[in-house]
Amino acid sequence: MPSIKARSAWPENGVSIMRDVAIIGVKNTNFGELWDQALRDIVVEAGIGAIEDAGASGKEIDALYVGNMSAGRFIDQEHIGALIADYSGLSKNLHIPATRVEAACASGGLALRQAIMSVASGHSDIVVAAGAEKMTDVGTEEASSALAAAADREWEGMAGATFPGLYAMIAKLHMHRYGTTSEQLAEVAVKNHKNGHFNPIAQYKNIITVDDVLKSIMVADPLHIFDCSPITDGASAVVLAPADIAHKYTDTPIYIRATTQASDTIALHDRRDITTLDATVMAAKRAYSMAKLRPEDIDLVEVHDCFTIAEICAIEDLGFAEKGKGGIVTANGETAIGGRIPVNTSGGLKACGHPVGATGIKQAVEVVTQLRGEAGKRQVAGAEYGMTHNVGGSGATAVVHIFSRER
Amino acid sequence: MSSVPRFWRNLGSRYNLEGTRCKECENYFYPPRNFCVNCRRSGQIEPYKFKGTGEIVTYTLIHTAAEGFESQSPYTLAIIKLDEGPSLTSQVVGDPEKMHIGMRVKSIFRKLGEGGERGMIYYGTKFTPADT
Amino acid sequence: MTIGIVSYGAYVPRYRIKIEEIARLWGDDAEALKNGLMVYEKSVPDIDEDAATIAVEAARYAMARSGVSPDRIGAVYTGSESHPYAVKPTSTIVAQAIGATPEMTAADFEFACKAGTAAVQACMGLVGSGMIDLGMAIGADVSQGAPSDALEYTAAAGGVACLIGRKESELAAIIEGTYSYTTDTPDFWRREGMPYPEHGGRFTGEPGYFKHVTNGAKGLLKKLETKPEDYDYAVFHQPNGKFPAKAAKMLGFTQAQIEPGLVVPRIGNTYSGSCLMGIAATLDQAKPGDRIFATAFGSGAGSDAFSITVTDRIEEIRNMAPTVSELIKDPIYIDYAKYAKHKGKIRLA
Repeated sequence: MPSIKARSAWPENGVSIMRDVAIIGVKNTNFGELWDQALRDIVVEAGIGAIEDAGASGKEIDALYVGNMSAGRFIDQEHIGALIADYSGLSKNLHIPATRVEAACASGGLALRQAIMSVASGHSDIVVAAGAEKMTDVGTEEASSALAAAADREWEGMAGATFPGLYAMIAKLHMHRYGTTSEQLAEVAVKNHKNGHFNPIAQYKNIITVDDVLKSIMVADPLHIFDCSPITDGASAVVLAPADIAHKYTDTPIYIRATTQASDTIALHDRRDITTLDATVMAAKRAYSMAKLRPEDIDLVEVHDCFTIAEICAIEDLGFAEKGKGGIVTANGETAIGGRIPVNTSGGLKACGHPVGATGIKQAVEVVTQLRGEAGKRQVAGAEYGMTHNVGGSGATAVVHIFSRER
Repeated sequence: MSSVPRFWRNLGSRYNLEGTRCKECENYFYPPRNFCVNCRRSGQIEPYKFKGTGEIVTYTLIHTAAEGFESQSPYTLAIIKLDEGPSLTSQVVGDPEKMHIGMRVKSIFRKLGEGGERGMIYYGTKFTPADT
Repeated sequence: MTIGIVSYGAYVPRYRIKIEEIARLWGDDAEALKNGLMVYEKSVPDIDEDAATIAVEAARYAMARSGVSPDRIGAVYTGSESHPYAVKPTSTIVAQAIGATPEMTAADFEFACKAGTAAVQACMGLVGSGMIDLGMAIGADVSQGAPSDALEYTAAAGGVACLIGRKESELAAIIEGTYSYTTDTPDFWRREGMPYPEHGGRFTGEPGYFKHVTNGAKGLLKKLETKPEDYDYAVFHQPNGKFPAKAAKMLGFTQAQIEPGLVVPRIGNTYSGSCLMGIAATLDQAKPGDRIFATAFGSGAGSDAFSITVTDRIEEIRNMAPTVSELIKDPIYIDYAKYAKHKGKIRLA
C-alpha cells in the first residue's frame, strides 16, 4: 500500500477558509452518435439546460470550466473555453472567464474540481462546470489514435500499445493473480447495460448477456468489444453555488463533501502494481478523510469503467471490495441497483457512453439526480451519499468527489 | 508517429536500450529519465546501457491494431521487466500460444513502423522468447 | 601486413516457405524444380524485418564473438540489393546499433550478390593501409523474386557480417589474398523504382556466373600459387545447389570441400549474404590451420575470390554467437499468402 498523507481543504479544527459548495442545476444531452450536432451545439444545450435547472440567470455566472480531452484532433479546434463561452452567449457582452481543463478521460471530473475550488475559495459564486466531446466527426481509427495520446506516446504508443491493449494487460495480470474470470468481466457490462436500459440519455439501452459479451470479437485478449466503452458524442453540465445561498435557487441542493485528485506515472509499465490504480486509492483515501466518511457510508458510486476490468479494479481501489475480489463482488450482484453498493446506475461508460470530456460531469449529474430522488427506475432507495470516480489514461490521473443530500 | 526529430532524439534509447540510472538511490530507468523520481534534485543521473534480458510481467494479443501497426496484427504486446529492474512496454515476437507471465525474453532489432510509403522507417528494440 | 577476420556473425529469419507451396500457386512441378535447383525451401523475413534489421543482428553477433570495443571500428559498409532506402544508408543504422558512431566512415554497397564481399575488400584496404583499426563488412538481403518467375523459388533473406582487422592475436582467420574479375555483363538487373529484377535466363549461367567465378578463382590460385588440393574447404556463391557444384568441378574442387558451406538447399539464395553465409557456415566447423577458398559472384558482373586460413582463435570465438546451423534449425513454415504479405507483394492500404 502506498503511504498516504490526506490533505483536507476543509480542516477539522480551526477556522475553515473554504466555503461549502452545492450543486444547484444539472443537465445531460443525449449520448450517442449525434450527427446533426457540432461540439458547440451540444455544450450549449447542456449548459443552458443546467442553468435552467438551477433557475439561475446567465448574468449571474461568474466563471465557466469546460472539460474536453481532444477537440484539437477530433474537430481540429482548440481554445475550447473561449468557443463555448462565446456560443453560450457569455463572452460577447458578459466577458466571463472561461477555462478549458484537460486530463485525458478525467477532464470532466477535473473541470468539476476546478469549478468547486473557485467557489469554495470565495473567488466565484455561481460557476458552470461542463464537459463535452465530439468524437464521431473523425473515423474510428483516428478516434482511437487520439485517445491513445492519453498514454505515453513515446514509450507505449510507439510500441504499438492501444488503450484496450493496456487495460487488457491489467486484466490478464488480475486474472493470473486473483483468478478473475472473463465471465466476471462480462458481468460488469451486463449490469451496466441493465442500468443503461433505464437511462433516457444512454447511448446503449439494450440488454445483453454474458454470452453476448464473450462471443463478441476479441479486441485485445482478454477484452472483447463488449468489454470496451464506445465512441460517443455528448455533453453534460452542472451549476455550482456557495451552499449558503443554494436554497435561493433550488429545493434540492446537493452538497460537495469532498473533491480530491491524485496522479500516478503516465505509463502503465512504471506503476508500483499494475493491477492497482494508486491514483484511485490515494484520491479515495483523501476523499474519505475530507468527508469524514468510510466506504460503507457510500450509497452509490459512478466509477470509470472505460473497460470492464477498470470497474473491477475501481471498486477494489475505492474500498468497496478487497483487492482481487472485484470480480466476485460483481458476479454476486453486490454492485447492482438494490445491491450492497450500486455501481454505475447511469449505465457507466459502457452503456451510457463515453464522450471523454463529458464523463466526469455526467457522473456528477447522475449522483445529484439520485440524491434528489429523481432517478426513476434506476433510483437507489434512500440514497444519502454518492461518489464519483473519474480516471485519466490508464490511471495517471484520478479525480474523486463525494456528494451528500444533507449539508 | 511521424516526427523525424522526435524519433531521432530517442534513437540511441530505442536501438540500444540506452537508459539511465541514479547513482544516489541505485535505481535504473528505462525508458530513460533525466530526473530521478525517488531522489528528485538530490539524484545523480548517469547513462546506462541495458543488457536486454528480462521477463514478461503481463501481456495481451492485440487484434485491433494501433494506427500504423495494422500490417503486424495480431501482435503480442507485453510489459517486460528488465533484469536491472525497470519495466517497459514492447511487442514480443513469437508464437502467441507460448506467451506466458514470467516468460524469459531477450531483445532483438526490428522495424517498429514507418511514416507511410514515403516516410521515415522507425527501427527499434522488440523482444522474443529467450530460448529462440 | 596480415589482414583477416576478427569475427563473424550470421542471421537468418525463422520463417520458411517450401518449394512445393510456391509451385502450388503457379502450377509448377515441385519435384522437378527441387531436383533441378537443389533448393527445398527458402527463408522469409518477418513482417518487421528488412535488410537493415538483418544486418544489425548479424553485426551484433559479430561483435559478440569479437570481444572488441565498438569505438575501434573505423568503417561500416553494408552491401545489399534490398537496402530499405534508395537514399539513406543502411550502414549508419548498423553503425548506431552497434555503438560504432560517430568517429568512423560509412557507405552502402551494391553489386548484386557480391556487394557483401566487395565491402570486405574495401575494409581490407582501409585496415591494411592503416587508415582504420577495424572495419565491419556486411552482406544482407531480403531479395525479391518476381511472382511466378524462376527466381521466386530461390530469392531468400539473410545476412552475414565480418569484422576485419590486422592485429594477429585478434584474428580468427587470416585472409592471405583476394582477387577479383569484373566485366560489364548485363545478366541480371533491376531499374530504379521497379519492384522485381529482370534477368537473362540461361544467359546468367555461362557468360555470367561461370565465366566470372572460374576466372576469379583461377586468378587467385595463380596469384597465390596454390591448387584446389591445398584447401580443406571451398565456398562458391550459391544461387542454387547446382551452380556451386558445377563450378567446383570445373575448377578441380570436390563436392566434399563445398558441402559444409552449402546452405542454399535449406535457406535459398541470400544474395549479398550468400557467399559470406557459406564462409560463416564453414568457419562454424573449421579447425585451426584449415584453409578455405571462397569465390563470390555478383551479377553485372564480377567475382571476388578469397584465400583464408583459420587460426587457433576460431575455437575461442565460435560459440559466443549462434552458428548457421543453430540459426536455421527451427524454421516456421508459412503459406504463400503469409509469404506474400511479409514480402510486401500485397499492396496494403
